[in-house]
Amino acid sequence: MKTLIKWVADGTPWVWLNAAAVSACILLVVGLLMLIGVRGFGHFWPLPVQEIVYQQADGSEIIVVGQIREHEKVTAMRLRESGLEVAEGSEFVTRYLIKTGNRDIIGQDFRWILEPAIKSIGKPQSMVVFEREEWGVLIGRLIAVRESGQLLEDPDTWGEFLRLLTRANNMRDEIRELEKGRIGSINYRLERLRLKQRGLELEGKDEEASLAVIENDRARLQEEYNVLEENLGRLYTELRRDAIVVTTSDGQEHEIPMSSIIDAHRPNQMNLFGKLGYFLHTVWKFVADDPREANTEGGIFPAIFGTVLMVLLMSLFVTPLGVVAAVYLKEYARQGLFTRFIRIAVNNLAGVPSIVYGVFGLGFFVYTLGGSLDRLFFPEALPAPTFGTGGLFWASLTLALLTLPVVIVSTEEGLSRIPRSIREGSLALGATQWETLWRTVLPMASPGIMTGLILAVARAAGEVAPLMLVGVVKLAPALPLDGNAPFLHLDRKFMHLGFHIYDVGFQSPNVEAARPLVYATALLLVVVIVLLNLVAIQVRNRLSERYRGLES
Amino acid sequence: MNSGFKNEPAHLVARSDNFHRWRSRKDLFAKRVIGMGGLVVIAAVLLILFYLVYVVSPLFLPATMAQKSIGSNPGWSQDETVFLSLEEQQQVAMRVSRNGIAEFFSLDNLALLTSATLTQGSQEVTLATEEQGGSGLVAVAYDDGRVSVLKHHYSTDFSAGVELRKIIPSLEFPYGTDQRELVPDGGITGLAFSDSEAELVLAAAASGGRVRVEWNSKQENFLSGEINLESSVKAMQVDFEITAISISQNHRWLYLGDADGRVHFIGIGGMTENQVVQVSDAGITSMNMLLGGISVLAGDANGVVTQLFPVRDQENEYSLEIIRRFESSQAAIAQIIPEQRRKGFISVDVTGNMSVYHSTAGRLVLQQQLADGLPSALALAPRASGLLVVNKDGSADFMDIVNEHPEVSFASLWSKVWYENYSEPEYVWQSSASDNAFEPKFSLTPLAFGTFKAALYAMLFALPLALAGAAFTAYFMSPALRRMVKPTIEIMAALPTVILGFLAGLWFAPFLEENLAGVFALLLVMPAGLLVFAWFWTRAEWRIKNYVKEGWEPVLLLPVLVVLAILSLQVVGPLQDWFFAGDLRSWLSHEAGISYDQRNAMVVGCAMGFAVIPTIFSIAEDAIYGVPRSLSDGSLALGATPWQTMVRVVLPTASPGMFSAVMIGLGRAVGETMIVLMATGNTPIMDWNLFEGMRTLAANIAVEMPESAMNSSHYRILFLAALVLFMFTFVVNTGAELIRQRLREKYSSL
Repeated sequence: MKTLIKWVADGTPWVWLNAAAVSACILLVVGLLMLIGVRGFGHFWPLPVQEIVYQQADGSEIIVVGQIREHEKVTAMRLRESGLEVAEGSEFVTRYLIKTGNRDIIGQDFRWILEPAIKSIGKPQSMVVFEREEWGVLIGRLIAVRESGQLLEDPDTWGEFLRLLTRANNMRDEIRELEKGRIGSINYRLERLRLKQRGLELEGKDEEASLAVIENDRARLQEEYNVLEENLGRLYTELRRDAIVVTTSDGQEHEIPMSSIIDAHRPNQMNLFGKLGYFLHTVWKFVADDPREANTEGGIFPAIFGTVLMVLLMSLFVTPLGVVAAVYLKEYARQGLFTRFIRIAVNNLAGVPSIVYGVFGLGFFVYTLGGSLDRLFFPEALPAPTFGTGGLFWASLTLALLTLPVVIVSTEEGLSRIPRSIREGSLALGATQWETLWRTVLPMASPGIMTGLILAVARAAGEVAPLMLVGVVKLAPALPLDGNAPFLHLDRKFMHLGFHIYDVGFQSPNVEAARPLVYATALLLVVVIVLLNLVAIQVRNRLSERYRGLES
Repeated sequence: MNSGFKNEPAHLVARSDNFHRWRSRKDLFAKRVIGMGGLVVIAAVLLILFYLVYVVSPLFLPATMAQKSIGSNPGWSQDETVFLSLEEQQQVAMRVSRNGIAEFFSLDNLALLTSATLTQGSQEVTLATEEQGGSGLVAVAYDDGRVSVLKHHYSTDFSAGVELRKIIPSLEFPYGTDQRELVPDGGITGLAFSDSEAELVLAAAASGGRVRVEWNSKQENFLSGEINLESSVKAMQVDFEITAISISQNHRWLYLGDADGRVHFIGIGGMTENQVVQVSDAGITSMNMLLGGISVLAGDANGVVTQLFPVRDQENEYSLEIIRRFESSQAAIAQIIPEQRRKGFISVDVTGNMSVYHSTAGRLVLQQQLADGLPSALALAPRASGLLVVNKDGSADFMDIVNEHPEVSFASLWSKVWYENYSEPEYVWQSSASDNAFEPKFSLTPLAFGTFKAALYAMLFALPLALAGAAFTAYFMSPALRRMVKPTIEIMAALPTVILGFLAGLWFAPFLEENLAGVFALLLVMPAGLLVFAWFWTRAEWRIKNYVKEGWEPVLLLPVLVVLAILSLQVVGPLQDWFFAGDLRSWLSHEAGISYDQRNAMVVGCAMGFAVIPTIFSIAEDAIYGVPRSLSDGSLALGATPWQTMVRVVLPTASPGMFSAVMIGLGRAVGETMIVLMATGNTPIMDWNLFEGMRTLAANIAVEMPESAMNSSHYRILFLAALVLFMFTFVVNTGAELIRQRLREKYSSL
């Protein structure tokens, strides 16, 4: 007892509690990363399709086919309260969340079933999960394949199906290339012609001759378009040629055109390697494909692309500005009240809530600067705004302002680690201050600059609130970088990973179906940001190692 | 420093002087450019600040008014102007004269455009009144008790191009040209009417206390599309002198003002007097409905305008309440004109003193004495940007009014306001409007409240973990472990808030709802379990203890925490549930009467706490780590235990730094957007309840900014919210930074 009192009086318990606080913080971070990791990767792993004979409340039996997504224990009382019959005597009931797919047939993607009501459960080998253009996945048995309306006699239905699927996918690629690439380009050029004509009208130079040139161009483009249109129509008819017959859980046969099927797999027949292959395949598709069905299906390529491009542009703005400001503070300015004031200003910039930057970006960049630019340089497009609305340029400029303090602080830190002796040595050899800076100091400080830039990139990649105001959209019709001159379209709106998470997770009509996709997107974003930060930390550590030697 | 290049190495001397001149010029140029870099940072901060102020400032600029004469029409002094109305573009106006001439004239030169005669025989126009809300309907009463309903309509002719567009006025009679016999023996003293999809209601007060209400239900002829009116008349006799009459837009109530300063609240259905409200000790002289037809504005002989509207009590009974008074005039109010797009109005008293008010803001926006005294008629432009006045001598004046943001006052932003259809003054933020008649509610108080509520709960979660963790990491932890912990905390800081918000909203909120009891059990089980473990660990003589070196306790505690967490959630939680009728969650809402939102302050507190932990942790850790070793060594040498040294020596020295860490953490929590946006329901309520949501200033900006029209009051108020956030973090961060700088000086002197 005495020892206990002494133990408490020493304050040892408090030390332990303090230690526990550290553990708790670490646990929170690790737990969160693991949660995202497990759920995110879980999105890609093929789950077996279960065929469950299920007894409904009225005693009748139905067959539920689907993948078990979740299970949980609920108190029997809560189920009874919600009007479900549960056998007496059981405190807890396990219930499963089944992804049944077939939204167009059943009306829902998911359903909960209770364990006690399951009569039997099996994993039939023949179950196929089809991914479709719309209505989510279809789960059922492949019965037959119809090529050009003819039922194929080949016993290897699956093989035949795969052959037709490859054909359909090739055609789809061709169609996409036509629609997005060539027809998109023609539309873009037509729009440019319209603007050109309007511009001439505004300047009062709309003479017959110049108008005729435009009209001529337009006719040529129209002709080109007609040819492509015809091609497109032919491709579409071709695409719709084949169909498959599938039976679903209710035993009904459905004929599904190949044109609506994107992919299919038979999870119950896959061994570990098959699953691994499928996993990698879906990860790749997730990263490289366009989103479908209001972003709840498909990939996130445009969001990745938009994020990367925006961050690159931002780096272009923020690096010189941040480095110059830091060099001024450290190398040129006389240390005193003024530098102190600037440091406080930098610190304040870092502390200003990001949404305030968004508000500033919207009001100043978009409405004020953008509005003036439009009036000066793009009067032909008015009243439709060109730069007077949120877009890539303004978004990256806003984020450059937001990440400026990060670069300044980090560069300054890098500069302050360089021993005085190095500068003095250079100056003693007759180099000017600029030469000292350019040849000696900056190269040595470059890891510090790199750290700052990496941290800025990581911050910008994860920032959403200001972007919502200055140019991010849930679905951008075109990438900001394409084959149409001037190739980089700074005025275009773009998609962003962080906003994608917010939008799909919270604004989507079908949150339940979209949730795995949000986890996967979050995983991607977290991985990128954690990697960037780890690199920054490594660079910084190595930097401090390097100069430790110099200082002594 | 480059002046002595004569002594430089040979290869430099060999070059020409030009080269050296070029070098020094380059150096100077670089110096200038880099000097500008420093200024850019300051400029950026100042630009943000000034731009926000620049956008916000019009909210608080006074309204202005400029009067100009637009000519005179001698004929108008003979035939007095009874009624005046102005069209949207402020180019054409309509006038109804005593002798029954309805004419449109141009505002440029008072040139007559078209005219029509309304009267029949020897009729004279007694008065005319326009329906509120800008429908263009006008009711004209004649001396024989008949009434006409007409409509002024304007179409725009673009045939000559956009710049030369012409406005073509026309007079229409949507309910037929026939005059309606409203008061059989004439003597109308007051007229009010209101039109809706289903019916047209006309009410007249006439001499001798007669009140007559004509109720016309509309029957549309399906074949011709013509509208037929089916009329019924209700009459009432009152024993007071009616000085003003108004009718509510829902056609349920009639308001009569009398010469003794009372407003009589009359139900039209049974023509019964529900209530009498003593508004003033002087007689009511003028009355009108505010836009929306809910509030009635009663002006009295003392120059006071009183706003009243029916308030519903718990039994669904309506009673007429005095809401607010506008007391800027000294003389009897002659006329009250409501704005057509906002809840503002204009009153003119008998001396010609004109006041512009806004009802929600409860403020006088502008006051001006009209040059020619009380005019015979005046009209307010639909956008309330101009006022047309026709004087008794036939001259006309036009006043340009610049009054962009009358609805904003300090009171309307921060105090309780009694809004229409509310039973008492409240703090409400409700900016979205379905139509013009909607009263925008711009109280920032619930948003500021929500901001601090979220920040408070976040700090409650973050402070113990971050400060205790920082203390341990800086003082007790082994350096090797510290080198691993610090990057982990940095990673924690780098996690995008959108991911924290998403997890909070979609994973943690449902999890918390399921395991509410378990999570609360954590709070008890964790510390208790830890202490028990620590006690046994220090007492026991296990060999395993040799493997855990001093300063590595956090690693040892990791599995302990996991076990305790599982214990809490899986065992103690359900056990605890047992006490609360099986489910704490439903017990809360059913038994304790505490409403529970799935996305509530607790979820936000945890998620945002998670986000601010690394900020506080890092800064506090720096402060504690920076405490000179000599201090703690001295204390230890004197026999104090490590913990005593920590609490009595180290923490007091580092406390300013820890304080600034808390300040910066608070600044971050206040401005955080995405977490709050995703982890709460974003309802602007004012309630400290841990289980209800909130809306913060930052989230409000994110939600409403994209659909706010540029330079509208709403837009500027959102900028004001941003400015408030900016200023708050500015003050907090500057304070924290100054504290830290002083602390650094103190350390270096120790």
